[in-house]
Amino acid sequence: MRGDLTTALNPIPLYKQGGGEEKGEMARLSAFAGALAVGDLIKSTLGPKGMDKILQCNMSGGPDAGKLLVTNDGATILSKIGVDNPVAKVLVDISKVQDDEIGDGTTSVVVLASELLRETENLISQKIHPQIIISGWRKATQEAVRSLETVTKNNSLNVEQFKNDLMNIARTTLSSKILQGKKDYFAKLCVDAVLKLHGKTDLQSIQIIKRLGNNMSDSYLEEGFLLEKRIGINMPKRIENARILIANTPMDTDKIKIFGSRVRVDSVAKVAELELAEKEKMKDKVDKILKHGCNVFINRQLIYDYPDQLFAEKGVMAIEHADFEGVERLAQVLGGEIISTFDTPDKARLGKCKLIEEIMIGEDKVIKFSGVGQGEACTIVLRGATQQILDEAERSIHDVLCVLSQTVKEPRICYGGGAAEMLMANAVSQLAEKTPGKESIAIESFSRALRQLPTIIADNAGYDSSELISNLRAAHASNKSTFDMENGTIADMAQLGILESFHLKKQVVISAAEAAEMVLRIDNIIRAPPRPRQRDMRNH
Amino acid sequence: MPSVGTLAFDEFGRPVIILKGQDSKKRLFGIEAHKSHILAGKAVADTLKTSLGPRGMDKCMVSPDGDITITNDGATILSMMHVENEIGKLLVQLSKSQDDEIGDGTTGVVVLAGALLEHAEALLDKGIHPIRIADGYELAAKIALEHLDKIAEAYPLDLAKLDPLVNTAMTTLGSKIVNRCQRQMAEIAVNAIMNVADMERRDVNFELIKVQGKVGGRLEDTLLVKGVVVDKTFSHPQMPKEVRNAKIAILTCPFEPPKPKTKHKLDITNVEDYKKLREYEKEKFTEMIKSIKDSGANLVICQWGFDDEANHLLLSHDLPAVRWVGGPEIELIAIATGGRIVPRFQELTAEKLGHAGHIRELDFGTTSDHMLCIEECKKSNTCTIFVRGGNKMIVEEAKRALHDALCVVRNLVRDNRIVYGGGASEISCAIEVAKEANKIATIEQYAIRAFADALESVPLALAENSGYSPIKTVSDIKAQQIGQNSSRLGVDCLNKGTCDMKEQSVIETLIGKRQQISLATQLVRMILKIDDIRLPGESEE
Repeated sequence: MRGDLTTALNPIPLYKQGGGEEKGEMARLSAFAGALAVGDLIKSTLGPKGMDKILQCNMSGGPDAGKLLVTNDGATILSKIGVDNPVAKVLVDISKVQDDEIGDGTTSVVVLASELLRETENLISQKIHPQIIISGWRKATQEAVRSLETVTKNNSLNVEQFKNDLMNIARTTLSSKILQGKKDYFAKLCVDAVLKLHGKTDLQSIQIIKRLGNNMSDSYLEEGFLLEKRIGINMPKRIENARILIANTPMDTDKIKIFGSRVRVDSVAKVAELELAEKEKMKDKVDKILKHGCNVFINRQLIYDYPDQLFAEKGVMAIEHADFEGVERLAQVLGGEIISTFDTPDKARLGKCKLIEEIMIGEDKVIKFSGVGQGEACTIVLRGATQQILDEAERSIHDVLCVLSQTVKEPRICYGGGAAEMLMANAVSQLAEKTPGKESIAIESFSRALRQLPTIIADNAGYDSSELISNLRAAHASNKSTFDMENGTIADMAQLGILESFHLKKQVVISAAEAAEMVLRIDNIIRAPPRPRQRDMRNH
Repeated sequence: MPSVGTLAFDEFGRPVIILKGQDSKKRLFGIEAHKSHILAGKAVADTLKTSLGPRGMDKCMVSPDGDITITNDGATILSMMHVENEIGKLLVQLSKSQDDEIGDGTTGVVVLAGALLEHAEALLDKGIHPIRIADGYELAAKIALEHLDKIAEAYPLDLAKLDPLVNTAMTTLGSKIVNRCQRQMAEIAVNAIMNVADMERRDVNFELIKVQGKVGGRLEDTLLVKGVVVDKTFSHPQMPKEVRNAKIAILTCPFEPPKPKTKHKLDITNVEDYKKLREYEKEKFTEMIKSIKDSGANLVICQWGFDDEANHLLLSHDLPAVRWVGGPEIELIAIATGGRIVPRFQELTAEKLGHAGHIRELDFGTTSDHMLCIEECKKSNTCTIFVRGGNKMIVEEAKRALHDALCVVRNLVRDNRIVYGGGASEISCAIEVAKEANKIATIEQYAIRAFADALESVPLALAENSGYSPIKTVSDIKAQQIGQNSSRLGVDCLNKGTCDMKEQSVIETLIGKRQQISLATQLVRMILKIDDIRLPGESEE
């Protein structure tokens, strides 16, 4: 008997120390708790009257240790807070993907997913099996996207109208950011920049330069191109009708690259000779470069004093150490080739521009290339009073640019301000009425979650959300309308010009549903023991 | 006090030390060891049980570094559980070997083993010797396997009609999160296998199928590329983004001046030497480019990097190039394009070039990520499944699911006999084994009957996960199977209204099922034969 007792008292350890599992209800509880916490955290930043968050980065280590961050960008907040709850991590991940794919709607997607999970809590307590909820949600997602598709508009054929739409979208996106005071101005700026891309989604060619000082409204879109570099000494500071050679070549000491070679001489005189030879080599190179007939030379790598001086003698402007992106953008703007060998001057394509000059932004000198041909790249100069404002402005501009470039690619649009959500919610709840079986309850919950988005927006703005939302719902039966954030009333979004990209809205619904589904399918959380070295890190 | 170990005492009552440090070592033996093993095995099986079937739930695993994996694949769950118990580890390996051999049914095999252990416990309580139980199980497994062969049906394998294969793949995918686009995924898997299958040898080379994932987009955007996708881009931003009718030079030598392997020193002692070296270096570069140009290539894929100068020379000679392509990828490209991997510029000839109809660069979202897609290859055997999904976990899970589906289709190509899923074959085997049990004269009879009961655990778990009353459902099906003498009736997990698995086309491969039963039985036999377990004590750690 003794033996049985010892077995009973010593539970058989299945996991290593520190590991373990949470099962069934417990796992679900911790999953929901994590998701709701993240949702609640970020909820207050939603909408045009959303609040910002201050994030202080960890003081120990890292490149931005102790840096202060003020933002209302969902993806930025979530990526910085460092959650530990596994389910919260899933939500952080979807907001990151939303950021990568669309660039905006990072808050909405997390809030929607967490609202879906909040609804689930009720359903589970009604003893509805998660799999049934999931199959209901799938139907609901399909219906939501379908209904959204029916109201989309495509104005891409009408250029004027489309530009107007883009302006509206930009304004909508900007209205929740720090730049809302100047949203017309920045909307125009961003639309202009994106239209320059001609349908490409690669935002690398739009450069954003931040400079402290002055007012935010002093920010502008530079028609030409700005390069944050200095022109060498003794060189012309202003060149008209420039022919520009863009290069990526070592201009310091042009080493012999053959493996194992080294200089070994027996007298000082020979060293001098070799030095001369080296100089000669460099001079040859410079001569070759000059043969291209360029009057501006921009190199990605360093230019040492000697070649610099040679260029100055010939009256050629030489710019050194333009970083890689800078060189690529330059090549795009100026239509030149990036050149590394100089033996065939007739083949090389030079970049051209009307005027190069040094200008001042704030206290810094930058080089301005104006009068460029069909250039796809451009520069946005942001000014602002503090570093935080500048950073946040940059993030906002980035979001807008992303959304706009995606809209150019997929030109369908729909209405913002909660109109789209309300529309989907109504369509989904109609579906729920038609669906027999328990799935109907799940579908109904989906529509409730969708309705939460306008509710939160209204709450954040300080309005009586329950009143507004029920009015809105009633109004929605007849026409597409939603509330006016300025007045706290219901208005027609088409008149207010609050538009959003269809692609964005669709992706929000789909990824939120996908993530919520994934969380819901979990019935077991298994933790591996944490690596011991992590514990050491904390003690430091 | 058996759990502490045997202590011999001399006439003064002092313990005689037989083993070094025996008082600090833990020891379990006899019936107690068996009980402890069974308990551990059951615990592991219980964890997995809820993941079985199309309505199974997922598990969320937190790795030692805090990364998250969400999956429903038995082998993955077990391998990431970091089980410490010895018997638990055996089960982990069991599921792994099922994964290696068959690729699917990794959950089922563990659930079956757990059930066998559970029933063995009851027999042990009756006082039956573990060896007799083990022998009985062995006998029962033999009966079950013979029965499986009997009820197996040959499956029509027709290259023109892939539908049946797609159905099988769909059964496998049914339990995963990707079941939202089950049909599409199944078709991708079948097409991929058919693309590389060697019908004469009835074999499939998995090396030729690459599954690549990229976060973003939707699961529906997943596609099958009949060619290779490489996570690289052209080396120079101004090279063309699209090449048609590419002749590819596949190089494993860097675009740099040659490096003799022997250690050497090159001394520059005077200006002439210096100038000569300068000339030599220039010559080398032009020579390299020339040799490529001469061979007729219009695309260069290189395992190593290039010098800036070489890079530009390539650009100015209209030779788009890709650098830093990894070893396995370069092999794949070589196989796909029918080219030879060339280790030296001198050996580059026209015959050694690879051919591809279309090479293009793919862009994704706003993050300026690029991938290179090589299509319409000359020997278009290689293919790549390119998985997209809302987030990292979904992409990873979709990759695992696709792997399972690929394995199943491959197994069908190897051996086209099938049995019906949804627990149908298990119930059928259980009936047969129970019938045979009555004919056995010895004590093994009990073990065989227990085996039959254990086989039913799979349909029981399926029914439970689908939200049915398990006992009622399974007994109904059992009665129907005997009544209609049909082995096609199983648990109707998706509530489609019919229990006939042929109509639902829920199909599993015969080898997969056979492997499950024989592997589980083998392992349980092994566990039952262990009667003593020694652990180092705490103090020795």
